[in-house]
Amino acid sequence: MNELFVSLVELIRVTSAEIPADVHRAILHSLEQEKKGTIAESAMKIIDQNIALAKRKSQPICQDTGSIIFYVDCPVGFDQITFEETARDAVKEATKKGFLRQNSVDSLNGKNDGTNVGPGSPVIHFHQHRHNSIEVRLVLKGGGCENVGAQYSLPNEKLKANRDLDGCRKVILDAVLQAQGKGCGPGILGVCIGGDRATGYEYSKQQFLRVLDDSNPMEELDKLEKDITKTANELGIGPMGFGGKTTLLGTKITASNRLPASFFVSISYMCWAYRRQGISLAPAGSLEKWLY
Amino acid sequence: MISLHTPIQESALRTLKVGDAVTISGTIFTGRDAVHKYLHEGGQLPPEVKLQGGVIYHCGPVVMQDATGGYKVTAAGPTTSIREEPYQAAIIKEFGLRGVIGKGGMGEKTLNACKEYGCVYFHAIGGAAQVLAECVKKVRNVYMLEKFGSPEAIWELEVENFPVFVTMDAQGNSLHQSVFNASQAALLDRV
Repeated sequence: MNELFVSLVELIRVTSAEIPADVHRAILHSLEQEKKGTIAESAMKIIDQNIALAKRKSQPICQDTGSIIFYVDCPVGFDQITFEETARDAVKEATKKGFLRQNSVDSLNGKNDGTNVGPGSPVIHFHQHRHNSIEVRLVLKGGGCENVGAQYSLPNEKLKANRDLDGCRKVILDAVLQAQGKGCGPGILGVCIGGDRATGYEYSKQQFLRVLDDSNPMEELDKLEKDITKTANELGIGPMGFGGKTTLLGTKITASNRLPASFFVSISYMCWAYRRQGISLAPAGSLEKWLY
Repeated sequence: MISLHTPIQESALRTLKVGDAVTISGTIFTGRDAVHKYLHEGGQLPPEVKLQGGVIYHCGPVVMQDATGGYKVTAAGPTTSIREEPYQAAIIKEFGLRGVIGKGGMGEKTLNACKEYGCVYFHAIGGAAQVLAECVKKVRNVYMLEKFGSPEAIWELEVENFPVFVTMDAQGNSLHQSVFNASQAALLDRV
């Protein structure tokens, strides 16, 4: 069988069933933080049990296996067409095996053909580089958390948010307030300051490729990331919005140039069921190593 | 921990309050966006779907079919309930629903219907698809599978000790409203 196909099906299986180690550590930390005997603590216990059970049974952590988003870093001359065809076949196979839910619906007539393959699904982003390695990262992002993403245009009079980092802080925290309960917290924010409406959201999602315990190389953004997480966790929203100590597990922010007329702050929310994995591939497509 | 079995009696339900941890056993029906819109537009359910006095679960499960045609639920966490806010109150009234299971809570219309007609909003843990699938002991039937597709179909499930938390009770209390108000006030102090 085609080695690339086998590797991609395995990538989908592991992404759907196993939470990355950095996220699991953050969840365990948050379980310890919650007050004993509260329903917030009970929620975190169930979440922790669920993580173990999904891995043991090799079944989806969450039934909403989400948008299927591949990020491919590849050398010059890499055959993107074959990759895309193989990825579509791998998605169909993973769906048949139950690693993915039948999750892709025709927006015009509501039909679900059960394959997960169609216009816009899966999403594949290619990025060329000048060395020989091939790295494939996958994010499965559920609809509940996608629905609470938000894009603000500064200035925002209602939130008294001007075109500066303090204005960014205000709208990001407003997004946390508005998302409560709906996005399966504790969550993780991916934010892009700047860009246009499309790239702003795009780059905000790419922040989910970072590990939770990294630091932002830009000092002012690193400071803002830590401040947002800390402040959000003082609001008492808590796991699932039940009230409690952990509202966010982390915040990741990037900045992109903007037009003089535009100042967007785009916020993507990731639920605790943060499904992100990656593999590096040998030239023929066999799996060399896991990236997270 | 409070154990409830379907059909849930109104008297038992009226004593539940926000913050209670509950387990549900018995029969529940899944129903989400497509079903709610369909009912809102006057669509009729197959006669076998006995929602009267029942419990509806906002859920689009992963369901696998074995070689003999039998179904098994392999992942079954809740979906976000607020999308059904325009429709839920009328459905609670029409079918005399005793319970709605979902996540994220619902709005004032649903809260008022819970109080008026005797229904409770049970919050399941979002994303906990495996823990909750373990509680699904049997798929009794499926309805409207062809029309709505697997995640949106009506799955009749037999559940055992399905863990939920009361976040909107039949006395007019909503945990979601109180947490929102408190967190909004806390945020105002910090911006």
